[in-house]
Amino acid sequence: MVVGERKPFEEIMKMLEGHKKVMVLGCGGCVTVCLTGGQDAVRVLSSQIRMARDKDGNPIEIIEKTVERQCDPEYVDQVQEIVPDVDAVLSMACGAGVQFMAERYTKTPLYPALNTTFVGGSVKEGYYVERCQTCGECKLAYTGGICPIARCSKSLLNGPCGGSTKGKCEIDPNVDCGWQLILDRLRDLDQMDRYEQILEIADWRTSRDGGPRKMIREDFQR
Amino acid sequence: MSGECKTDSRLEKLLRSGKFAVTGECGPPRGADPEVIRKKCALLKDKADAFNITDNQTSVVRMSSISSAVIMMQQGLEPVMQMVCRDRNRIAIQSDILGGAALGIKNMLCLSGDHQKFGDHPQAKNVFDLDSIQLIQTVRRMRDEGKFLGGEEIKGVPRLFIGAAENPFADPFEIRVPRLAKKVAAGVEFIQTQCIFNLKKFGEWMKGVVDRGLHEKVFILGGVTPFKSFGMARYMAKNVPGMDVPDELLQRMKDTPKEQQADEGIKIAVETIQQLKEMPGISGVHIMAIEWEEKVGEIAEKAGLLPRPTV
Ligand code: SF4
Repeated sequence: MVVGERKPFEEIMKMLEGHKKVMVLGCGGCVTVCLTGGQDAVRVLSSQIRMARDKDGNPIEIIEKTVERQCDPEYVDQVQEIVPDVDAVLSMACGAGVQFMAERYTKTPLYPALNTTFVGGSVKEGYYVERCQTCGECKLAYTGGICPIARCSKSLLNGPCGGSTKGKCEIDPNVDCGWQLILDRLRDLDQMDRYEQILEIADWRTSRDGGPRKMIREDFQR
Repeated sequence: MSGECKTDSRLEKLLRSGKFAVTGECGPPRGADPEVIRKKCALLKDKADAFNITDNQTSVVRMSSISSAVIMMQQGLEPVMQMVCRDRNRIAIQSDILGGAALGIKNMLCLSGDHQKFGDHPQAKNVFDLDSIQLIQTVRRMRDEGKFLGGEEIKGVPRLFIGAAENPFADPFEIRVPRLAKKVAAGVEFIQTQCIFNLKKFGEWMKGVVDRGLHEKVFILGGVTPFKSFGMARYMAKNVPGMDVPDELLQRMKDTPKEQQADEGIKIAVETIQQLKEMPGISGVHIMAIEWEEKVGEIAEKAGLLPRPTV
């Protein structure tokens, strides 16, 4: 899933300066799963904002709403009656959701309440970790199912570097060395011989470096 | 190993003629004053065969490796241009390789580079378009096939003697020989190792290297760094990732009175070199006296490595 983290409250308050009526819009997708942008998060943030503005003697009216997904025009359309009625929308979706909203509602300022952080998963409740950098050319078959691009701090395709120490990465003793994980897996799979194959220089065109990406299912286009 | 030189590098000539080589290191200044390099060069001249010029070492911004190398050549010393993958993509890397060679640089060391987190610009975006092994492949291809990575022909190939680093002390130990084998397969011609303090472990690694015959395919120069003080030894032991300083050595530095610690550090370095000279498969030493360049000569002298042979 896409993981997001809520922005600092002060930053959010700054974005809302001068606005009297806003919609705080949650998303029922990934950010609900990672507990940062769903219905509950909308409720908590909205009351925090109201309280802070009341305290300043500058009250704000907030409409709370959550749609199924903000990265889908069909659901984004569902707030078309509300948007013209507010000064701004504070979206609690990931960066994709915020942009789908901004593209659909061109006359209303759209603000992100989250910092979209990574593609990953939860190892336990409330604990999320990065697993994928969406490079567009999956190499997991060659590296024991552990991604060198996402999990090595230098994205080395032929690691580990000389800083790997006791299973940890040189950048921080709390970060696992991605290459140690790869090697542990290869050993378990009895595939250590793979280590000596040099992984070729990557073609980053499939990654963000090739410009904004699209995925089109031709069979669905008419 | 083939005695036939691929470049005009003095270092290559010495190694291929079977001489025990000595390389040193020179860190560029954090400013635009060329005098700093000239002064270091005056201290280093004739004390080793070639000198690494670090490339924004530990991710701290310094004068570029190429320009410092040129200043060094003007002083009559042979530089080894270090190049890290952290700061350049393949376009800039190939361009700098051409530029370095055009300016007369004859040796290059291919490195991944420390993470920018360690330096003075931890906010920077890193590149790592290639890794060190792929960088070795890139220079080899440019030099021997006369081709850019993109496939186009190079007019005027860069004739560089190609080196890399290897750290036998990093984890996991079991892949440290295979990792060297990968660098050899990529086309590396000489290796400078991480600073050796744990000679026993280094010996184990070298045994693996010799067992696989890798020492016949690549020249291995053992890395040696003198401790300036007990404080420095402790710092290296505790804070530098991938550094292995055995407790006995720390104790030896600690037991030495403060005023004599620098001399003791040099003594340890000299003893290390003497043991390396006896070790099968070792072709030379790489003396890294960081911000202590004046001691390179003393170490080389005491280890019986001076005068340096002429080729
Ligand atoms: S220590 Fe491991 S994870 Fe960290 S940069 Fe080096 S190889 Fe990558």
